[in-house]
Amino acid sequence: MADLTTTFLGITSPNPFWLASAPPTDKEYNVRRAFDAGWGGVVWKTLGEEGPPVVNVNGPRYGAIYGADRRLLGLNNIELITDRPLEVNLEEMTRVKRDYPDHALIASIMVPCDEESWKRILPRVAATGCDGIELNFGCPHGMSERGMGAAVGQVPEYIQMVTEWCKKYYDKPVIVKLTPNITDIRKPARAANAGGADAVSLINTINSITGVNLDSFAPEPTIDGKGTHGGYCGPAVKPIAMNMVAEIARDPETRGLPISAIGGVTTWRDAAEFIALGAGNVQVCTAAMTYGFKIVEEMKRGLSEWMDEKGFARVEDFVGMAVPNVTDWQYLNLNYITKARIDQDACIKCGRCYAACEDTSHQAITMSDDRVFDVDDSECVACNLCVDVCPIEDCITMEQLAPGVVDPRTGREVPGEPGNWTKHPNNPMSQAAE
Amino acid sequence: MNTPLTPGVVAARLTPQEIEANFSDLHPAYDPHEALVAADRCYFCHDAPCVTACPTDIDIPLFIRQIATGMPEAAAKTILEQNILGGMCARVCPTETLCEQSCVRETAEGKPVDIGRLQRHATDALMARQGHPFSRAADTGKHVAVVGAGQAGLACAHRLAMKGHQVTIFEARAKPGGLNEFGLAAYKTTDDFAAREVDWLLQIGGISIEYGRALGADLTLAGLSDGHDAVFLGVGLGAVNVLGIDGDDAATDAVDFIADLRQSADLADLPVGRNVVVIGGGMTAVDAAVQSKLLGAQSVTLAYRRGRDRMGASQFEQDLAATKGVQILTNVMPVGYADGTLTLEYTADVDGRLQGTGEQVTLPADQVLRAIGQTLVPVDGLAVERGKIAVTEAGRTSINGVWAGGDCTAGEDLTVVAVAEGRDAAEDIHSALMA
Repeated sequence: MADLTTTFLGITSPNPFWLASAPPTDKEYNVRRAFDAGWGGVVWKTLGEEGPPVVNVNGPRYGAIYGADRRLLGLNNIELITDRPLEVNLEEMTRVKRDYPDHALIASIMVPCDEESWKRILPRVAATGCDGIELNFGCPHGMSERGMGAAVGQVPEYIQMVTEWCKKYYDKPVIVKLTPNITDIRKPARAANAGGADAVSLINTINSITGVNLDSFAPEPTIDGKGTHGGYCGPAVKPIAMNMVAEIARDPETRGLPISAIGGVTTWRDAAEFIALGAGNVQVCTAAMTYGFKIVEEMKRGLSEWMDEKGFARVEDFVGMAVPNVTDWQYLNLNYITKARIDQDACIKCGRCYAACEDTSHQAITMSDDRVFDVDDSECVACNLCVDVCPIEDCITMEQLAPGVVDPRTGREVPGEPGNWTKHPNNPMSQAAE
Repeated sequence: MNTPLTPGVVAARLTPQEIEANFSDLHPAYDPHEALVAADRCYFCHDAPCVTACPTDIDIPLFIRQIATGMPEAAAKTILEQNILGGMCARVCPTETLCEQSCVRETAEGKPVDIGRLQRHATDALMARQGHPFSRAADTGKHVAVVGAGQAGLACAHRLAMKGHQVTIFEARAKPGGLNEFGLAAYKTTDDFAAREVDWLLQIGGISIEYGRALGADLTLAGLSDGHDAVFLGVGLGAVNVLGIDGDDAATDAVDFIADLRQSADLADLPVGRNVVVIGGGMTAVDAAVQSKLLGAQSVTLAYRRGRDRMGASQFEQDLAATKGVQILTNVMPVGYADGTLTLEYTADVDGRLQGTGEQVTLPADQVLRAIGQTLVPVDGLAVERGKIAVTEAGRTSINGVWAGGDCTAGEDLTVVAVAEGRDAAEDIHSALMA
């Protein structure tokens, strides 16, 4: 039986599933329920400066994107950091950490971008006994207009500077949470690393408008006829998050920097994929907000079952296993040639592969009068679109042509040796590369 | 108060509440969310098999996608452009042998997209709104006579009116709607839907209906041809086959039983036997048998002369009958009916010919309903082929200027087929008149 106990930055938690800093972690009441339900750790909802707390809108805070049967695929929010007094949050955190010593408790912090503000708050946070801090450099709405959140996260120099302050005034792990609302995620990650961050966490939410009301012509969520961009999260953002995690994991400058992955983790599989891409643990929010805290039970049982099947005793055993296989396009093997194959017994004759290929791709699927669909190898470029649009799992697959076989599309033999763009004769740089 | 056990043919075997519940909608309407979930199952197939299977060629994947994108009324227009009686067809089409049988999800999972109910969702949405989605072209000055206000006649009249022609429908009965109004099980078309649909269809304008007028009574084909630019016959099948046994007179026609039921103001007033036997194996036989049971008959037997596989009623209809408590007795033919007892003889298929085996069975029967098919009442001067008015593809009869469609011509006797034939004949009439 796999042991899900995870040690991340020296912080041990019963499993790698933490709740991200967000509405579900705003109060002692919620956090106690989360730990009782089996979550391994909690990043407390972001704390702000002492003084009058921020205020939130009193209309809708969330907007949604749905799949079939109102399945929530994406959520966006315009909620700000905690709107409760700092002192109340700190007291609650102290009590929770005292009562749940074996669970991870991290304080998320966002204060103005001056050393004094950070110096002031860090000792008070440390006094709660929490296991570490996470710097919220990601929140894309509201706070960024006041020079905080994503406004810091979009300037690598600021990230480095604030991280350095935190390392100076705080002696437990410092995690820097990154915003995806930036062109190249490696830049802020490198800055955090340079500032001495113990880890990065990503992604924060993505600037978004979930919809436009076509009666009032206002973006949604709509507050009294107006809307603003909110932070997008949930299953829809997972592919974007995975790429950013992988970019940091394989960047020579940040390789080995611990990562806490965030972005659409909804099932055990999502978590396993992020961990394979280099994350030491994962943070979850939307899945809990959609299904309640009990959802973690599926994640734990599923991950444990899969680890047993694979022979992994601990989560650390497969962290980053997929990273060496993430590469640049130019290194992909151009001599790896496949063709689509349709399993006629599995085919239900919907013709979607035909429509997709005929209308939008390479005219490589033929259709007979009695609706038999076949692949024309002389046109098939193995784009995989037919596989992707086929409603039947494994009905269409890609079959590799063995070396020595003639590819009917090009009339050339499949080479025995791999070959990529760096050595390709059509590449004007290929000579220079040698 | 009578009960199912009361001897003879009597009314009110069940309470009014029980009868009302029994005759409620067979396939209740979807609520909007249910419709979205059902619509999402459609794969939007290329050159979709369901469209090929639909006699009216409704673009099913398109209308289902329109429902899925929140536009049920636009979906209804897609349906009604092809099939103006799409609302009724959604209720009564044997979808299990047409579109839904060919649905790829039937192949994949044995559970097709529920096309019929989705079509109803769309057409109900459109009809709930006041007004009519189609308008007439400029008046052509042409006047077409349509005989019969059934499905073929109404579909033909609507299409002709849309093209700008003036249409007069001559209907023998006092009400329009044909078999939709008089001949289908009540639970398939609740809330007076048949009449509401005709009212809605006539909103196109340019169509007048004269009731109580029939060929062979006060109308002649020659007279109609003289007075109009074209004639369309949608006269259906006016005669009922008889059993040809001793006691035939004591039996009644299932079509009359159903028509009485459909026109009854209060089903609790409608008499039904304690022991009912329906002779036949088609849709009409099932409709009569099931409704007898729903009215409170103690036992209802459907007696069919061949095996189940040869029954005209679809598997769904057979299952429906069984679910409602109708006993289906196959390979029997009636040989005599006297003193409340029906005598049947078992049959066997010998070299393709049906023969009695000599073994007999008797059933108590207060009421015997004949449902062994209807036949054409011939129209003077028109060529007949295999018992139906002979037509070429678009409904042209042997007489120039006379078209025909629906049950009186060849092809399956289905509402949806009648609509397609009426519509296509109208297009052909239009081409001929405007040439």
